[in-house]
Amino acid sequence: MHIMCCLKPVPKPGTIKVDPQTHTLKREGSELELNPYDRYALELALSLAEDTKGTVTAVSMGPPNAKPILIEAYACGADRVVLLSDRAFAGADTLATSYVLARAATKLGPFDLIICGKVSIDGETAQVGPEIAAWLGWPSVIWVKEARVTNKTLELVRLTDSHLERLKAKLPLVITTENEINDPRPPSLKRLLTTLEKDPVEILTAQDLQAEPQRIGLSGSPTQVLDVFHPEYQSEQKFLSGPVEKLVDELVSVLKERGLIS
Amino acid sequence: MLDYALTKEQLLIIEVADRIGREYIKPFVRQWDEEEKVDPRPLKALAQADFFGIAIPKEYGGLGFGTMENCLAIETLSKYCPGVAITFAASALGAYPIILAGNKEQKARYLPELAAGKKLGAFALTEPQAGSDAAAIKTTARKDGDYYVLNGMKQWITNGGIADYYVVIALTDPKKGPRGASAFVVHKNDPGFSVGKKEKKMGLRTSATTELFFSDCRIPKDRLLGREGMGFIIAIKTLDLARPGVAAQAVGLAQGVMEIALKHCRRRVQFGQSIYNFQAVSHTFAEMAMRLEAARALVYSVARFIDAGAKNISGPSAMSKCFASDTAMWIAERAVQMMGGFGYMRDFLAEKYMRDAKCIQIYEGTNEIQKNIIARELAKLYPADEEE
Repeated sequence: MHIMCCLKPVPKPGTIKVDPQTHTLKREGSELELNPYDRYALELALSLAEDTKGTVTAVSMGPPNAKPILIEAYACGADRVVLLSDRAFAGADTLATSYVLARAATKLGPFDLIICGKVSIDGETAQVGPEIAAWLGWPSVIWVKEARVTNKTLELVRLTDSHLERLKAKLPLVITTENEINDPRPPSLKRLLTTLEKDPVEILTAQDLQAEPQRIGLSGSPTQVLDVFHPEYQSEQKFLSGPVEKLVDELVSVLKERGLIS
Repeated sequence: MLDYALTKEQLLIIEVADRIGREYIKPFVRQWDEEEKVDPRPLKALAQADFFGIAIPKEYGGLGFGTMENCLAIETLSKYCPGVAITFAASALGAYPIILAGNKEQKARYLPELAAGKKLGAFALTEPQAGSDAAAIKTTARKDGDYYVLNGMKQWITNGGIADYYVVIALTDPKKGPRGASAFVVHKNDPGFSVGKKEKKMGLRTSATTELFFSDCRIPKDRLLGREGMGFIIAIKTLDLARPGVAAQAVGLAQGVMEIALKHCRRRVQFGQSIYNFQAVSHTFAEMAMRLEAARALVYSVARFIDAGAKNISGPSAMSKCFASDTAMWIAERAVQMMGGFGYMRDFLAEKYMRDAKCIQIYEGTNEIQKNIIARELAKLYPADEEE
């Protein structure tokens, strides 16, 4: 089984910078790390590929400083690691991002399965996985907890808020993985040492992907971020004192006043 | 504070070991210590990361690195848990005799599996009556046609019960004493081989220590490493090679406990200020840092000396083990003291490091035995009959 695994570079918490013009996160110049949820996706991809003697192609869209994430994926066992990097991709929303990833799937495939993490810790939309499926015309299953290949179909267990669903799905398919469903492996020293000699990361641009210019970057993004701000929380403390009977009455009237009880 | 001009490869080993420590050890170590549990997860991660192959030659599936790289791995893991680190290091202790004395077939048979971490190794020398006096071992190996038949017992064997292969030192010619000892590879499923009780230890409780029993344990004669009578030489060479690793374990332990105590003392406020502002505290840390760096510098020097192909390594190897473990014990004790009640409580880890440190002064040859070795080597350098 040939699998594409999508990995998102996210800013390390505490190093986040926002572009004052576009209100999107600046990934260039900030320290990037692999979206923690995507490690479970990569582990599932690697173990499914091992079980089926298949391959894993790890793909990221991001600036050149996202490379270490793909080197890590290579060291963990990905057969091919590809960075989709082009200034024209900058400012992409989920639609433009999923378009570029779908183009990559077409260019680098054919794939039987595309695996994404559940959600990213920066955007928190959980849209990219299903959108890739839509661009490709494939079905998608989200929140996958377990996946097993039997006779060219995928047996899945999906975790919902209230119950578990057992599904059988035909390939090709896009899935997104739940959090903490496996023990992600560490990078292999052997593979990591080879990267000191030879950079395993392939870089593809918009042109390489034959991407339509109006579908990528800011121009391909119907979502425009109007403003990004730190929420401010206000809290105040008030101490009541006096005999209990009086205190209860006072507390009730304060709570009523604020509309917390009627 | 010091830069030891490590190579890119060595820095990568530290980076990955540190990550394994942070992700696969640190969150669980308190629980493992409380439950005296050897958890397979960090061992699996170390196998996946190729760590068991660090000191195994490339032609047998290892990474072909030397003592220095092995020390860096053990040091970094020990910062997080010296018990997990010794489980890892004891497997290498089981591989060393095969690297040192095994023939081609034996190396091809055992080393690739040990390098991949698919099988775990152990080394068995100590017996109830033969601790520091290792030459007093009683376990015998009687030749019987194409087999050897082992009888006797081993005690306090690290990785007992979890190892797949045990290198066992036994007497093939009891009359000759230590010169009649030989080294064998025993498999965990060999008939007549069994594992005794798991010891209840003061420290290193995340590692397994057991007795081993041999009761007419029949093994094919091709399990003999080297020749009959070479057992003690193989054992001594193995321990000489492994001691800097134990010294590195002590250095990592000291670093780990010093960091815990330092972070605590920087934040802990008494008398209206951080207790680190008091000289009694800050000078203690200055002293810890000095001694730690001296121990590390000695361990690295000895490791590099060995990797440069030095022949007579007994003295330096013993020095590194003795000095680093004494330093680690001192630092761990001071760390607990600087943390006061927090150091004594099992909710924090300082006390665990202190319990773990004590063992490093005792095992792999007590520090008193290390001093015997150093003194013996010193006497060779300065013969009594030498003229002025």
